[in-house]
Amino acid sequence: MTLLVTRAVTKRFGGLLAVNKLDFEVDQGAIVSVIGPNGAGKTTFFNCIAGFYSITAGEIELDGQPIHKLRRDQIAHLGVSRTYQNIRLFANMTAMENILVGQHHHLKSTWIGTVLGTRSVKDDEKRAQEEAGRLLRYVGLRGKGDLLASKLPYGDQRRLEIARALANKPRLLLLDEPTAGMNPAETSQLTEFIRNLRDELGITILLIEHEMRVVMGISERITVLDYGEKIAEGNPAEIQSNPRVIEAYLGRGGAADLGIAAGGASAAGVTNPGDPGAPTV
Amino acid sequence: MTADAVAAPVGSTTDVAPTESSTDWRDIAKIGLIGGAVAIYLCLVGIVPVFHARQLIAGVITLGQVALFGSMAIPGAFAARKARTTREAVIAGGAAGLITGGAVTLLVLVGSVIDLRAMFLNASPELYSMLTMGLGVAGAWIPAVEGLVLGALAAGIGRLPDHIRSPLVRGLFAILIVGLFAGLLRAPLMSAGLFQVARLLFTGDGLTVTGAVLVFAVVVIGRVLRQRVGVAARVAALPVERREQLRIPAIAVLIGIILVLPLLLGPFFAQVIALVALYVLMGFGLNITLGLAGLLDLGFVAFFAVGAYTVGLFTSLAEYGLLDVPFWVALPFAMLFAAIFGAILGLPILSIRGDYLAIATLGFGEIIRILAGSNLLLPLLGGPRGIINIPKPIDVPSTSFLAGPVQIYYIALVFGAVVAFLAWRLRAGRIGRAWVAIREDEDVAEAVGVNLIQTKLLAYILGAAFAGLGGAIFAGLVGSIFPSSINLFVSINVAAIVIVGGMGSIPGIVLGALFLIGIPELFREFTDYRFLFYGAALIGMMLYRPEGIWPSSIARRELHVGDEAPAMIAGDTTPITRGGMS
Repeated sequence: MTLLVTRAVTKRFGGLLAVNKLDFEVDQGAIVSVIGPNGAGKTTFFNCIAGFYSITAGEIELDGQPIHKLRRDQIAHLGVSRTYQNIRLFANMTAMENILVGQHHHLKSTWIGTVLGTRSVKDDEKRAQEEAGRLLRYVGLRGKGDLLASKLPYGDQRRLEIARALANKPRLLLLDEPTAGMNPAETSQLTEFIRNLRDELGITILLIEHEMRVVMGISERITVLDYGEKIAEGNPAEIQSNPRVIEAYLGRGGAADLGIAAGGASAAGVTNPGDPGAPTV
Repeated sequence: MTADAVAAPVGSTTDVAPTESSTDWRDIAKIGLIGGAVAIYLCLVGIVPVFHARQLIAGVITLGQVALFGSMAIPGAFAARKARTTREAVIAGGAAGLITGGAVTLLVLVGSVIDLRAMFLNASPELYSMLTMGLGVAGAWIPAVEGLVLGALAAGIGRLPDHIRSPLVRGLFAILIVGLFAGLLRAPLMSAGLFQVARLLFTGDGLTVTGAVLVFAVVVIGRVLRQRVGVAARVAALPVERREQLRIPAIAVLIGIILVLPLLLGPFFAQVIALVALYVLMGFGLNITLGLAGLLDLGFVAFFAVGAYTVGLFTSLAEYGLLDVPFWVALPFAMLFAAIFGAILGLPILSIRGDYLAIATLGFGEIIRILAGSNLLLPLLGGPRGIINIPKPIDVPSTSFLAGPVQIYYIALVFGAVVAFLAWRLRAGRIGRAWVAIREDEDVAEAVGVNLIQTKLLAYILGAAFAGLGGAIFAGLVGSIFPSSINLFVSINVAAIVIVGGMGSIPGIVLGALFLIGIPELFREFTDYRFLFYGAALIGMMLYRPEGIWPSSIARRELHVGDEAPAMIAGDTTPITRGGMS
């Protein structure tokens, strides 16, 4: 079943065509990556899906429902959560509070109820706290709930951002370069973690990533963007062997690098990068 | 001169850090010059001559002299920090003070040749006479020598061992504070019938010499005893629960004092504290909008006006009164109308961000003020003549202790407590978290599911309702409402209280209101310089204490958490996959 569909999505900033007529699909329960050179329009595409930008033309549907005209909070209510390339936590709130804000629309307390301290508000709040504590532990931040988000080390901030996104109980999780700035050990932990999110919680994951080891290791499908256009789509093996991808990504003659970076990560093995006519779907 | 200075002459190799070159005299000169600029500024702007009229200790020292001497001693204290040995410190302090004093001397000399009055009104013969102790140009050397002595003295005090310096500095500071608040402190003594005591300690607006000596002695002895007994260390050694318990009686005493305060202070001060209480209430109201949701609303006065005029129209016994109902009937309507206004004005502008919102709301305040005084609404609101004869909220005979502003004080106190409670409850819940999230990063807040318009509008409407409440009580306090009461400074005062006190902090707002409303009301000498001090206070806060005087626990946690966090985290290498969601 298809969860997310975009049809001919276009985003134009003045004279710059950032995303050009992009057709794209994500299956329910899949892990899909969007890759491409810097400035290819990956983050812009994410921003279009999450409602940060209104798209110039095209349609975006989540589970059959058009979402491209909705506000960000409405899109979040439908079960789309995201993280950011440069971490954007609520810096002066504690880790716990960050997660609690993430649960915002799952809580029902009204302001009058909160002031009066009604039973239902108290229960609501108690459940929210328990859930937040559980999420903290789930991402490995046990005991750090009372620390301000800005005081957490970098890796913990990344985890907290994911925990906040999970608090919304998402169906679709958009991760924008989650391993940026992480060392190899942390990166492989996070890769495993992302896989678990899908396997254990059934969350569909859409990923922007530069680290080829991660992309090739966990993606079921990969879409490659360049200059706002989709230039290739397929499983990791297909992408690695696609000459257009290699050219866009590394320039002519850089093919070997992609092969090395992906070596061993792909179950299908590495086809000869120079091999012409590889399927692009 | 203390022993270590004698043992360690300048540049001696017995110093702790012999490789370090000795005191940097250019820094000292710079400090002195800055001090000089400040001193000349204080003189020419008129602070020194105006404050000179106020006796701090009768016949000994005036407030103006304190300002002048302070501007000489403080550079000395700063310069001393740059020096390494005690002897160098004293020399450095003296030098910095000398430069500061020298600048004032220069001012006197220049003033004797050129008539500075053409440009600076305050460069009067009285100023020069004060600076030179009545000697005129012949005494031009006096400020320089004062600077030298005071700078060296301040430097010397700074180098005293802590157990001597601390009581000394506190004692001097206490004289300054008690002297400043002499009128306020004298009132309860007088009302308690202790005329003899009052006369012994205080003159009309300052301390007597006896009073000053007594204050100094009490503070010094108290401090020394405290050090001997080691109160602070003992409290710190107590377990946390015991410390919490100790706070309960302290808070009870504080509440008791707050409750009986107007009874002690007499009518003039009752008016002042009623105004302070009213601003505390309004500060709590704006705290929701500004402190929690981060919406810089400078149109507070618009809703204040709606509240005040509503009460005027509903209750006034004079020309424009419509309904002639009691204050308490009008009050809910004042809040309701203000809230409705808040919703109407808020809806179109709340998508504007930050500074732009401030400008837009600033405009509202002005629009309302001009409307209130306009011919258009003259038949309804009375134009510039306003609405008069608004009865007091509680109708009591004029002999009752609740007759005057005292009742307003209590009313504002009660409502202030209600608003504070409300803000505190909301902050801990879903709505409050959403507000703070919006303050932190509204794009992300929306993306995690917070409806921005709804949430911001709620903050804005609540702020508006409490502004209306403030306006209503204000109308009750003054007994009339004019367009001239609806001015920008209401908005600015309230915003400054919230910012200076500490955004989002309840005690911070109380302190902010005391500093920014209470003190200027108490010191009539300050009136002309009120906004100068506001500006200085705001700039100083932003530079040195951006979190406010008494920051909220979160802001404070931000300051303290850094000490513990690294240690905790260093030992923790929990892999991200551990502790799965079973």
